[in-house]
Amino acid sequence: MTQAIAQFAAIAATALFIFALNWMSDPKTARRGVYAGVLGMAVAVLATWVQPEIVHHGWVLAAIAAGFVVGVPLSRVPLTAVPQRTALSHAFGGLAAGLVGAAEFSLWLREGPGQFTTFRTSALVVEVILGFLTFTGSLMAAGKLQEVRWIPQRPVTYPGQNFVNLGVLGAAVVLGVLLVLHPTAPSARTVFPVIMGLATLFGVLLIIPIGGADMPTVISILNAYAGLSAVAMGFVLDNRLLVTAGALDGSSGLILSIIMCRAMNRSFTNVLFGAFGTVQKTKVIAEQKEWKQESIEGAAQLLEQARLVVIIPGYGMAVAQAQHKVRELYDQLTKRGVEVRFAIHPVAGRMPGHMNVLLAEANIPYSALVEMEEINPEMPQCDVALVIGANDVVNPAARTVEGSPIYGMPIIDADKAKTVLAIKRSKNPGFAGIDNALYVQDNTWMLFGDAKAVIGDLVKQFSSGGLH
Amino acid sequence: MNDYWSMLFVFVLATFIGLGVIRRVSRLLYTPLMSLTNAISAIAVVGSLAVAGADHPTSIRILGAVALFASMTNIVSGFLITYRMLRMFKKQ
Repeated sequence: MTQAIAQFAAIAATALFIFALNWMSDPKTARRGVYAGVLGMAVAVLATWVQPEIVHHGWVLAAIAAGFVVGVPLSRVPLTAVPQRTALSHAFGGLAAGLVGAAEFSLWLREGPGQFTTFRTSALVVEVILGFLTFTGSLMAAGKLQEVRWIPQRPVTYPGQNFVNLGVLGAAVVLGVLLVLHPTAPSARTVFPVIMGLATLFGVLLIIPIGGADMPTVISILNAYAGLSAVAMGFVLDNRLLVTAGALDGSSGLILSIIMCRAMNRSFTNVLFGAFGTVQKTKVIAEQKEWKQESIEGAAQLLEQARLVVIIPGYGMAVAQAQHKVRELYDQLTKRGVEVRFAIHPVAGRMPGHMNVLLAEANIPYSALVEMEEINPEMPQCDVALVIGANDVVNPAARTVEGSPIYGMPIIDADKAKTVLAIKRSKNPGFAGIDNALYVQDNTWMLFGDAKAVIGDLVKQFSSGGLH
Repeated sequence: MNDYWSMLFVFVLATFIGLGVIRRVSRLLYTPLMSLTNAISAIAVVGSLAVAGADHPTSIRILGAVALFASMTNIVSGFLITYRMLRMFKKQ
């Protein structure tokens, strides 16, 4: 009877999870997706809990309660911190898979060699390698995003790095194969923890050479790993629900990774093994032109006289928490009959969709948010392109400078607008350390300063009646 | 136990469904998508619960309880933050 409950629950939960993701196709139905997901999860947990072999209810209750105590505050972080929260949750997912794998291994050792079939042992090895590398890799990513002091933000590279990294992973895989071939050998007890240790180490090494601009891709890849580790756990425990739900998560991570890679014109391997930091010594733009600075009054006038303004936000807007001021500027301009649209580059920010969420938080209607491919054909008709803390995603070097690290990356064609206003924190080059010809174009005017302060000043120009 | 072909079969089919469904997800919602799939993949809760609650030696149950805590954290924070973000998306 309870077996039938478990099987039925697995089918119901899988169906609900598929509905949940299906409803994410439109912001109008998306909230329904959360309800379906919660329901599916509740069904799955209860059906497992009522099984007769669950006897230590106190333990289960305590762990679940602890999950609520930590989970609720984690869901209330400011939206600028969502990338690190996401990385942290990938870490938790990896940890859970790794620990269950370790527990199963010790159980099988007690229960005897019959447990170690080739298939299950292979799945177990995959589970712990993926689980522990996702755990430490995601922790490192979360630390970098949170700018924890003892984790270097800049990519750290050294000669032979890829050799070392692949060596560590290779060693874990070789030991894993040995374990699958000789699961009952006395050495298995030592080999298994070594595999765990190597995977843990590999996770750290994998993220060390990765910098902020690659984070959207890396978070997506870690997302896929976390899903796949759940799939492997399903194989180990002979549980179909783990396989289906893990596969849904894994395919989501995979699709997002592909989209992010495409948006940077880079391959998976290039992101993971070709640290951005190493290729950037080259290419100085031939003629060093001067910036032209614009006053707040002048910029406000340009904006007011425009018919179409395209705002291009980047990570700088997130850092400065400028989204609410941007909303005020949006209100002021639309009130004056100016059409304002937001051009969103797929890798703007630190995770997929980061800019959309920040702008939605500031109550900017999502109908004003436009994808790169849609806005680019309209850029020549755009009177003012207002670049807020974006750099590489509007750098024309991606189109023109062969040999530039971002060459070939699709960009938002801000340079084709009639006038460009660029807000920039400092006069230093952007994350990738590449000069940006956009800033010295004839029709570009710079506004130096913190994005929030600059936009606040612009809004003041409009509201104080200096303009009307 | 020797049913691993059917397990792989389920995996492949679920992956194809996943690819099909995720491909249609609105690009506006990639961040909430990630937190939602995070919560869903915390289905590891099922395995963790079985390890933590069954009559195993204490050391093993401790591993299960920590895994259960980690999964539960993902479920709670994942669904809540997804909902919180989705409420912000307004058409006009």
